[in-house]
Amino acid sequence: MVKRIVVGAHYGLKDWLAQRITAAVMAVYTLLLATRLLLGPTLDREVWRGLMSGTIMRFLTFLFIVCLCYHAWVGVRDIWMDYVKPTALRLTLHALTLLGLVGCAGWATRILWSI
Amino acid sequence: MTNSTHLQTMTRTVRFRIYRYDPDQDAKPYMQDISVELEPTDRKLLDAIVKLKALDDSISFRRSCREGVCGSDAMNINGKNGLACLTDIDSLKQPIMLRPLPGLPVIRDLIVDMTQFFKQYHSIQPYLINHDHPPERERLQSPEQREELNGLYECILCACCSTACPSFWWNPDKFVGPAGLLAAYRFIADTRDQATSERLDNLEDPYRLFRCHTIMNCVDACPKGLNPTKAIGKIKEMMVRRAV
Repeated sequence: MVKRIVVGAHYGLKDWLAQRITAAVMAVYTLLLATRLLLGPTLDREVWRGLMSGTIMRFLTFLFIVCLCYHAWVGVRDIWMDYVKPTALRLTLHALTLLGLVGCAGWATRILWSI
Repeated sequence: MTNSTHLQTMTRTVRFRIYRYDPDQDAKPYMQDISVELEPTDRKLLDAIVKLKALDDSISFRRSCREGVCGSDAMNINGKNGLACLTDIDSLKQPIMLRPLPGLPVIRDLIVDMTQFFKQYHSIQPYLINHDHPPERERLQSPEQREELNGLYECILCACCSTACPSFWWNPDKFVGPAGLLAAYRFIADTRDQATSERLDNLEDPYRLFRCHTIMNCVDACPKGLNPTKAIGKIKEMMVRRAV
């Protein structure tokens, strides 16, 4: 079979935009958390637990986890697209990355709700 | 006597290390050390390379207009892409390392095969698409509309930018590259063009446009001082405006 170059997948904008939005969310979360840790009471286990079990903090941290995983998905997929040429190998790596990140997101969420 | 006066009156010897490869004769490329005596009037790198050619006529390179308009003498000069005819010889650290533009197949010495580069350029349809009946005189634009084309139409297609771009090195067959994308925006921005939507469709692809990760090597390399990264940003902005 003659291997012709195929392009025109007609996606890219959504992921590019999502990568920027998720980065902004992560930056805001990091700033908020850093401010809280620097200005709040001395950190021990109880203070940490109190902080993380609040509804708003849980919501924000969950958002952070989702954003981190989506951001990582776009970034890691970009690396596979640049460096891994065989389609079968690339598809396998895409699937493993996706499954790994979904697993991590689920695990982190479970930890978050068990605090 | 000041340094500049000294340079203006004295001949000087300039040392070079040049990438040499003739596929008909050489098993692999090698670097050749060579020096050349320059007259005070030899100010640009191209002047020196022309003199080198007189010393060793097997050295191969492209050149034509010798004033930064044709873009044929683009090469890698001391690790940075540029035009030999616009580069001041005395601003370069010696030995001056000359290599072909990176990422494209070498035909011989400093001459590269630009087929892939021009394939990408042609893929963006670098011409005005307007289905209206041509007016008796020119298609008019307001000064503001014309202003938008400044910094876009001046590209001379020397390939300094695209061959400085890692995304183009990895995917030259799929990523349009900074030169092609600058040209694409030149027509997207043109109010006389009627194919804006088709042009954006053509670029909405993870490879063709979105391989650009905004590292701005292209801006650093452009010998005409153009900014492909800005043009790429504007294409992305137009896509966002179209989508949301």
